Amino acid sequence: MREIDVKLITEKVRDLCIEANTDLGEDVIQALDRAMKTEDSPLGVEILKELKENARIGREEKVPICQDTGFAVVFVELGQDVHLSGGGLREAIEEGVRQGYRDGYLRKSVCHPFTRANTGDNTPAIIHTEVVPGEKVRITVAPKGGGSENMSRVVMLTPSEGIEGIKRFVVQRVKESGSNPCPPTIVGVGIGGTFEQTALLAKKSLLRPLGSRNPDPELDGLESAILKEINQLGIGPQGLGGRTTSLAVHILMMPCHIASLPLAVNIQCHAQRHKEIVI
Amino acid sequence: MAEPIRLKTPLRDEDVAGLKSGDRVLISGVVYTGRDAAHRRLFDLLKEGKALPFDIRGQIIYYVGPTPAKPGRVLGSAGPTTSYRMDAYAPSLIERGLKGMIGKGMRSDSVKKAMAKYKAVYFAATGGAGALLAKRVKKAQVIAYEDLGPEAIRRLEVEDLPVIVINDIYGNDLYIEGEKKYRISA
Repeated sequence: MREIDVKLITEKVRDLCIEANTDLGEDVIQALDRAMKTEDSPLGVEILKELKENARIGREEKVPICQDTGFAVVFVELGQDVHLSGGGLREAIEEGVRQGYRDGYLRKSVCHPFTRANTGDNTPAIIHTEVVPGEKVRITVAPKGGGSENMSRVVMLTPSEGIEGIKRFVVQRVKESGSNPCPPTIVGVGIGGTFEQTALLAKKSLLRPLGSRNPDPELDGLESAILKEINQLGIGPQGLGGRTTSLAVHILMMPCHIASLPLAVNIQCHAQRHKEIVI
Repeated sequence: MAEPIRLKTPLRDEDVAGLKSGDRVLISGVVYTGRDAAHRRLFDLLKEGKALPFDIRGQIIYYVGPTPAKPGRVLGSAGPTTSYRMDAYAPSLIERGLKGMIGKGMRSDSVKKAMAKYKAVYFAATGGAGALLAKRVKKAQVIAYEDLGPEAIRRLEVEDLPVIVINDIYGNDLYIEGEKKYRISA
């Protein structure tokens, strides 16, 4: 049994919130570089350059790349041989978010659904905890912006709709989203599970580095096929027309009920922010 | 690509009439920030027949909720938010003299109709380029609804804020035309 003081978790979550919002991953930068080479629209190329320059400013000046510094989504893999001391895990994470959004000059974007009164410190956080073997704790902070989240959907397809139905729904979702989610986007897709599980799969699929292949060859092929159709839509960078509507499609799949074919599409803007640490 | 057009605020009808969908524009002067909650309040004031917290005639509203300014800076990151959420409120503001809106994403038909009728234009700034865009903001001051935090109305002084005309007063829409131009039919 290993003992970890939750103060350490607070400190790490604080730092991860700031880092995720200011330092865009190298995998995204490389995906933007690749897109610049294949983009036919001169204006589209200009926009991709702007996004790259924006990321450079964020990294060098330690300022958020986007003013929407998001809802703090936190994934925790908690080793079952870890004993957390000094307080509760949820409170430790919330405190880390509170400190990170305050000390990092990040925007507080969480409010009451009816009155729209801001909670003032970007809490509560959305926390997904999984207990795993071992004596380590892995924490991933993935701030999620509202503009692209608003374009996301869950649908319960009938099994007869099959792979074609999945493709059709995902491509249609991107088409209808148009310029709203700040294309170029990354399209996270969850297939299977239950109503809530499929949404979580879609979100988790966004944590995979851009440019990496899906380990399942069938899903890898499906990702490429959907991406090809999406990039024929013509929406392009910022929706102004072009080839680069999405940088990638990521799929996570699990078995589902014999009656169902759950599908979730979680749209992510180019600010695919996530930072993780293993304690 | 053609050189960008330089515009100074406030905008006159002839400024707006000279803009075409697809034009790149550099805006200098004053723009006001406002997004969801502020629009709701402005709309309620109009419904009650009360005065708005600033004279809206000839002005531009930038749909943005910036991050807090770091010490020694004017403003935090400040890119556009998605505009359709302001569609329910925009026509009333346009009718009262609002000349420009900066955001991102498609507008509704009622907003487009109001723009054509009362001569107003819709610009897009690059969504997700908040760090870059903030460099064009030279002064920032909260003028109303401080309690709304990031959603408060701010008076910004901008210099060469880069935007693109999406909807002009002639019924053109760059989102529709751009997509059509690059679409590959299956």
